[in-house]
Amino acid sequence: MSARTAGSPRRRTIFYVLLILFALVYLLPFAIQIATSFKTDPDATAHSLSLIPHPFTTASWKRIFGFTKDSSVDFPLWLLNSVIVSTCITLMRVFLDSLAGYALARLRFPGRSAVFALVLATMSVPGVVLLIPRFLVIKELGLYNTYAGMILPIAMDAMGIFLMRQFFLQIPPAVEEAARIDGAGIWRTYWYVSLPIAKAGVLTLTILSFQSSWNEFAAFLVAGDSPRLYTLTKGLALFQGSLGTGNQFPLSLGAAMLTTVPVAIVFFVFQRHFVGSQLSAGVKG
Amino acid sequence: MTVTSGAAPPSVVAPVRRKGRSHIRGNEGIGGWLFVSPALIGLVLFVVLPIVLALYISFTKWSGTTSPFSSGAKWIGLRNYKNLLSGGSLTQQNFARSIENNFYFVLFVVPAQTILALVLAVLVNGKFLKGRSFFRTAFYFPSVTSSVAITLVFIFLFQGSGAVNRLLSFIGIHGPNWFADSNGLFHNLLGVFGVHAPPGWAKHVIFTRSIWDWTAGPSMAMCAIIILVIWTTSGTFMLMFLAALQNISEEVEEASEIDGANAFQRFWRVTVPMLRPTLLLVLTLGLISTWQVFDQIFLTGNNQGTTTPSYLSYTTSFENSAFGSGAAIAFLLFALITVLSTAQRFILRDKDAET
Repeated sequence: MSARTAGSPRRRTIFYVLLILFALVYLLPFAIQIATSFKTDPDATAHSLSLIPHPFTTASWKRIFGFTKDSSVDFPLWLLNSVIVSTCITLMRVFLDSLAGYALARLRFPGRSAVFALVLATMSVPGVVLLIPRFLVIKELGLYNTYAGMILPIAMDAMGIFLMRQFFLQIPPAVEEAARIDGAGIWRTYWYVSLPIAKAGVLTLTILSFQSSWNEFAAFLVAGDSPRLYTLTKGLALFQGSLGTGNQFPLSLGAAMLTTVPVAIVFFVFQRHFVGSQLSAGVKG
Repeated sequence: MTVTSGAAPPSVVAPVRRKGRSHIRGNEGIGGWLFVSPALIGLVLFVVLPIVLALYISFTKWSGTTSPFSSGAKWIGLRNYKNLLSGGSLTQQNFARSIENNFYFVLFVVPAQTILALVLAVLVNGKFLKGRSFFRTAFYFPSVTSSVAITLVFIFLFQGSGAVNRLLSFIGIHGPNWFADSNGLFHNLLGVFGVHAPPGWAKHVIFTRSIWDWTAGPSMAMCAIIILVIWTTSGTFMLMFLAALQNISEEVEEASEIDGANAFQRFWRVTVPMLRPTLLLVLTLGLISTWQVFDQIFLTGNNQGTTTPSYLSYTTSFENSAFGSGAAIAFLLFALITVLSTAQRFILRDKDAET
C-alpha cells in the first residue's frame, strides 16, 4: 500500500501506473484548456479532446487582451477591477485582522472575552447564507455599485482574526514586556516587536486573503450590477450565462486560464507557505 | 508577569517602573478597544446586522425595490416559511426539489472526496517515491484555482460532444448530454434495464414529490458538478491527511510490521484508526461546504436538476423579486447547516471523551 516498503518490482510498477493515471486525470483538463484557447470555435467543438489546435489561431487571445473592438468581453477592465478589489481586500484584511488578533491575544481590556465569543460565533455563519442579507446592508448604506460595496463587506474575517490571535499567542510574553519596560507604547510594541515576530502568520493570512478575494464571486455578484465594476470572476460568469448554449469556448477557456494565472504564480512562489496556510485555514473548523 | 513585579528588587528605578506599568495597564483598556474596533465594527455591520435584517425580511413580503422599512415591505408573519414547508404550492415544490438535489450532491461528494483524498495522500506519502513533489502539486493545484474558471473548463469537457463523452465512446458508452440532462442517475440506470415507469407503491407523494421522484438520484447535470467538485476539493483534503500521516510515527508501523501484518492490514488496523481525528475534520468541513454549493450551480445555468437551496434563495430574491421568501430559504439552510455541524461536533467530542 505504501511506497516505503520497497516491495516487489511488480507492485512498484502498479503503484507508479496508478500515480500517473491520477496525475493525468488532474492535469489533462488544464492541458485541454490551454490547447483549446488556441483553436477556432468550430475546431474546439469538433475536436474537443485533441491537444493540437488545427488550425492554430491566437484570435481569442487578441480579443482577451483587447486588440479587437468587442464590447461583450472587456477583459482588461475586469483584470484591473480584480487587481484593485483583491489588493484592497488583502491589505485591509491583513491589517485589521492582525490588529484585532493582537488585542485578543495580548491586551487586557474590558469585554475581551465577549468580543472573542462574537468573533467565534460569526465564524460559524455559512457564507452563502449572507448573500441576501449583505445585499440589503450594502443597499441601505448606499454602497451598491461601488468599489467600497465590494471591498468593505469582506475586508475583515473572523477566521483571519482567529488565525492571527493564535500566532500572537505563540510569542513569549517576555519579549514584549522587555519592549514595554523600555518605554514603548502599545502601538510601537505591536508594530515594531510583535508583528515582525509573527511574520509567518502575516504571510499566511496574506496568501489566504489574496487567494480568496481573487477567486471570490458570490459576494461581488450581490454588490452591484454595473458592468464597469465586473471582476474577472463576475465578468466570466455572466459572459458564460449570456452565451446560453453558444460556443465561444476558446475565448472563455483562455480568459479562465488568465484568471487562474495570478493565484498559480503565488502558489508556485510560496508553495511551502501556501500548503501551511491551507492547513491552518482548515483546522479552524 | 506577576513574578517579575513581585520579585522586583527595591532599587532606584522601582517607582518609575511601577508608574510606567500602571500607565501601560491603563492604556490597554483603551488600546485594546482601539485595536479591535475596526474589525469588530466590520463584522457587526456586515455579518451580525445583515442576519438580523434578513430575519426581519423573511417575515415580510418585499420586492427589493423600496426601502425594507417603508410600507413597501409588508409584515406577513410566518407565511414565507409556511409556503416553503407546506401547502403544495410551486414554491414548496421548488424548495423540495432543491433539497433533493443538494442531498444527493452531499451524499456523493462527501464520501468520494474523503476516500479519494485519503488514497492520494497515501500514494504521495512514500518517502522514496520519485517525483513526490510533482505529484503532490498536480493533485493539489486544482484546489487553489477559482471555482468560476474551473467550472468553465468542465462545462467544455462535459458538453454533448465534449472530451468526456469522446473518452466514453472509446469504451463503447454513449454519454449523456450532461448539463442539459435533468433526469436522475438511478432512473437512467433503471432505464437501461427497461424500467421506465414507477411501480404502484412509488407513486405515493411525500412533501410534494412522489417516492419515485425522490429516489431518482442526482440529475446527470448534477453528476457532472459532483465530479467537478470532487476533483477540485480532494487536493485540499489530501494535504490534511498527508500532514496527519506524517505525524504517525514510523515506529508504530514498524512494530506492526514485525507482528507479520501485511501492508493492507497494517494500513487498515493501525493507520486508519490513528487518522480518525483528521477523518472527522475532513467529513465536517466537507459536510458544511457541500450544503453551500453555489458558484458551480450558478455557472451551469438554471436547471431544475441542479438548483440547490442557496441558488434557489438567490434566484427567488434577485430574479423573482421575492426577497422575503428568498431570505426564508437562506434561514432554513442556515438552520440545517447549524444542526448538521452541531451534530458532527457532538459526535466528535463524544468519541474524544471515550478514549
